[in-house]
Amino acid sequence: MDKQITLEIFRYNPDEAPEPGFQSYEVPLNKDWVILDALNYIKDQMDGTLSYRWSCRMGVCGSCGMMVNDKPVLTCATFLEKFAPGPIRIEPLENFPVVRDLIIDMSDFLTKLQKVKPWIIREEEGSLEEEYLQTPSQLADYKPYSMCINCMLCYAACPVYGLEPDFVGPAALALAQRYNMDNRDQGNQQRMEALSDDHGMWQCTFVGDCSAVCPKNVDPAGAIQRYKVEGAGHWWKSLLLPWGKDK
Amino acid sequence: MIQQDVTISRFYKRKMPILWWTKRRSHIRFIVRELTSLPVAYFAVVLLFLIRALSQGPEAYAAYLATMRLPAMILLHLIAFAGLIFHSITWFNLAPKAMVIKVGKNRVPDTMIILANYLGWIVVSVVIAWFFIS
Repeated sequence: MDKQITLEIFRYNPDEAPEPGFQSYEVPLNKDWVILDALNYIKDQMDGTLSYRWSCRMGVCGSCGMMVNDKPVLTCATFLEKFAPGPIRIEPLENFPVVRDLIIDMSDFLTKLQKVKPWIIREEEGSLEEEYLQTPSQLADYKPYSMCINCMLCYAACPVYGLEPDFVGPAALALAQRYNMDNRDQGNQQRMEALSDDHGMWQCTFVGDCSAVCPKNVDPAGAIQRYKVEGAGHWWKSLLLPWGKDK
Repeated sequence: MIQQDVTISRFYKRKMPILWWTKRRSHIRFIVRELTSLPVAYFAVVLLFLIRALSQGPEAYAAYLATMRLPAMILLHLIAFAGLIFHSITWFNLAPKAMVIKVGKNRVPDTMIILANYLGWIVVSVVIAWFFIS
């Protein structure tokens, strides 16, 4: 008989029980299976009531993030075999409310994402005919931060977000930097005002786990520390220079 | 709106345990790094006491030195010094995350920034040591 591995899956269905529990499933330990393949096998062959999000299966859409043995990962990019002989414990992403089984409520993240204005801001809209040129070096300044796929693994890894739910969080701050460092953008000042309050960059204590779990090497921790340096400079300028406030 | 509130109250919320930081090695390291900022502050206070003793004259300075020579004090300072070293090393190693310096089109490598920090530390320490010895 083929090798099997046990998955201990977090189950929550408020219609049936007010408290969650764990349910175990034995699945084939196929060499080329990722965790998501095993979940799809369970859903198709064993228990159709299991609920979870997924879409692209190739680490692009960012919807299949879950806690696997206490670590936030994309389940489409994590092989089953890595955890042999098991068991593997699968839970919904940490720090988010659970809607059902492995599905979390992401509305808080979406609200925070809007707060950082993740789009190119221009003081005046230029002509649509005009090109906004960018050199490869200018592109390189922000490109790593633009790789974010909004998978929220960094929020699940961030203990500050767990303890202080008002914290705007790693991905949103990294995305703010993605636009701040874009030479076509002029919205730095607007974002600075929104993100230097009590729930912005200063709440980050630099645990660094956000960068460790990021599947796209965005390095949110680095982005936030750079933002803090800039924020501190901004504060000194507004304190020391009479015209600093307008700049 | 009422319907929405009912839905949200059905969401299951997990709470972080007080000992959350004991679960992961990286978190333990983080907490130790944060706590070792206390020895850094402590040594700053010890330095202030030294300056106060110096300003009060030779007797006060002798009393200060006598206190510092107590075995309990030496032990305390050895422990605090270990904490200070840990804090400094972890801090310098994190510095490149916040310090992104570009020379022309190229970013200065992380190791160079870390080395520059250590170099600064050594230079300042040597200057202070020279000041006390001479």
